[in-house]
Amino acid sequence: MSLISEASGWIRPGGFPGGGVARGLAERDDTMKRVLALLSVAAGLIGLFNLTAAAADSRPIKIGAIFAQTGPAAALGAPEAKTAQMLVDRINAEGGVLGRKIALVLKDSGGSPEKAVSFVRQLIEEEQVLAILGPSTSGETMLIKPICEENRMILVSCAAAETIVKPLARYVFKTPQKDSQAVIWIYRTMKDAGITKIAVLSGNDGFGSAGKKQLEDLAVEHGITILANEVYDKQATDLTDVLTKVKGTPGVQAVVNWSIVPAQSIVAKNMKQIGLNVPLYQSHGFGNRKYAEQAGVAAEGILFPGSRLLVVDELPESHPQKAILARYKKDYESQFKEDASAFGGYAYDALAIVVEGIRRAGSTDREKVRDAIEGLTGFAAITGVFNFSATDHTGLDLDAFEMLTVKDGKFTIYRK
Amino acid sequence: MSQFLQYLFSGVTVGSVYAVVAIGFNLIYSATGVLNFAQGEFVMLGGMVAISLMPLMPLPLAVMVAVGVVACCGCLLEVALFRRLRSHSVLHLVIITIGVSILIQEAALHLWDEKVRSLPYFTGNEVSSVTVAGASLSPQVFWVLGTVALGVALLQGFTRCTLSGRAMRACSSNPEAAMLVGINIRTMRTLAFGLSAGLGALAGCVISPIAMTHYDMGPELAIKGFAAAILGGLGNPMAAVVGGLLVGLLEAFSVSLVPSALKDVSAFAVLLLVLFLRPHGLLGRPSGTAVREA
Repeated sequence: MSLISEASGWIRPGGFPGGGVARGLAERDDTMKRVLALLSVAAGLIGLFNLTAAAADSRPIKIGAIFAQTGPAAALGAPEAKTAQMLVDRINAEGGVLGRKIALVLKDSGGSPEKAVSFVRQLIEEEQVLAILGPSTSGETMLIKPICEENRMILVSCAAAETIVKPLARYVFKTPQKDSQAVIWIYRTMKDAGITKIAVLSGNDGFGSAGKKQLEDLAVEHGITILANEVYDKQATDLTDVLTKVKGTPGVQAVVNWSIVPAQSIVAKNMKQIGLNVPLYQSHGFGNRKYAEQAGVAAEGILFPGSRLLVVDELPESHPQKAILARYKKDYESQFKEDASAFGGYAYDALAIVVEGIRRAGSTDREKVRDAIEGLTGFAAITGVFNFSATDHTGLDLDAFEMLTVKDGKFTIYRK
Repeated sequence: MSQFLQYLFSGVTVGSVYAVVAIGFNLIYSATGVLNFAQGEFVMLGGMVAISLMPLMPLPLAVMVAVGVVACCGCLLEVALFRRLRSHSVLHLVIITIGVSILIQEAALHLWDEKVRSLPYFTGNEVSSVTVAGASLSPQVFWVLGTVALGVALLQGFTRCTLSGRAMRACSSNPEAAMLVGINIRTMRTLAFGLSAGLGALAGCVISPIAMTHYDMGPELAIKGFAAAILGGLGNPMAAVVGGLLVGLLEAFSVSLVPSALKDVSAFAVLLLVLFLRPHGLLGRPSGTAVREA
């Protein structure tokens, strides 16, 4: 089957030189294309029969992955890449999927959307992978979303921005919780604490701007007034100036910071240093112990909606995610000697979803796998219990979050 | 008023780091005529080396050793690379420094990793705060300001009052004449690289608790430091201090007027404006006269 598609691919670029010059020629060109298309469909069908009949295909299934292993978003990409590789090794050790091994083609985008674009082309055209996992950041994902859609390539993004699945793209899924759900959790917690006037800070990357928009859109509905709204550079190393402005704005009862970069720790430290003593809420991007460690004592009391992975020990045994969370945490931490983070969980889910899709489709036909993924319901993974549908490519509801806080340097479930 | 002071301190803190990088640019430029864009990497290396040494020795010693190590790296760079490439044009050498910058970053990525680290606060911790006339500051800010001031003062003393320092200035003022009176111009160039690297490393250590140390923090600092050096007037280390503080203050105060997303824009807009009016920088002398006199 692959031989046929390669052959037709080989004919097309050659084309008919000067085909556009004469109209007759162009028409013939069209007919030729149609004949070729019919031929390749027929060949494809035959190929399929061959595949099921012979089951001789023992080549590994290629799955691509683009993660920001280095660069400013490395705190996301590094655990994601490690997790994906770990899970692939585990699946292969357990016999693979459909009797075939999985080969992970891993690319490091350094968090740069430009690099992500060139890697996605490489994965589609050269590597001809079945599906792509990642990228780590929303900015990168938004740039490659149209490319994947155009090339009918399954993309399971590990980035959070809602715009990735809204408007819906047929081939694009994502594993992290929705921004809007995180915002609703934050606003509800604020309401309970009697907070109505807030300051919003966000990083100038895809995640920050998407979150900022959700915070603005949902504020009125939840009775929240945004008094100050500031965007800072994603590489900022000192935010005292921005926070000074917030401090000088009368009436601010709490600060919401929305970013994924180290600035999350800097905000916490700078707030205490300049004596801005109001509660700090962060996005689900704070779900990495490294950030809390970097902020040290200043992290105490930070509130954020987060993944259950961070508080797995506090979950009851009966929780549907308990077993899978506990196993992932143990495996990851014993192999890499560092804390498991929510980000690694996103990559775990992305891979698990694709593999489950292949298993249910019973083939590596991309269309069938896509349909199988869209039909997944009640699929318990790291981030939550996924229920995909033709209209929902996130598959998670409000329940996928817990409101967490930092106590004695550790994440714990927030109780009023 | 307290708001004003808060912005002022924020600007001076950031600006003093830019100033150190700008001085580094100046030292090497004066001695060799090359703009060293790997300047920010020295700052990063200083922080990284000190953090790695922390488990082995007390903080002050770790900082001193880090400064020493990075200074040696700077000297080594000159001896191994730039000395051999003297025959190339200055433009080539500048491009080579960009290459060196990328090389050092990649090396740092492999030696350490992509994680963000930091030294502990020299006094107090993450939440310590000192109130000065209504403005609250981290005590680390005073360490940054104090260390940078001391570093600049020592450097000034060295170039004005010691024989080697005077020899260095002579080299930058007129290399041929300096050679004729028997100054070893090659040693002076190596010394300039070492001093520049050491000073950068020191800044890297003191800002690490506040700004954190990350393998790719260098280029951003180099660009800001370069802007500071140009703003002050290239070839004059004291003008670099003025330039650095100005860039820092511009950034900080622009936040009070325009959205913080436009911070860099406003700082660089002012820089451009100044250069239109005074192409040789605020304190520089027009070319044709001895610009390279320190």
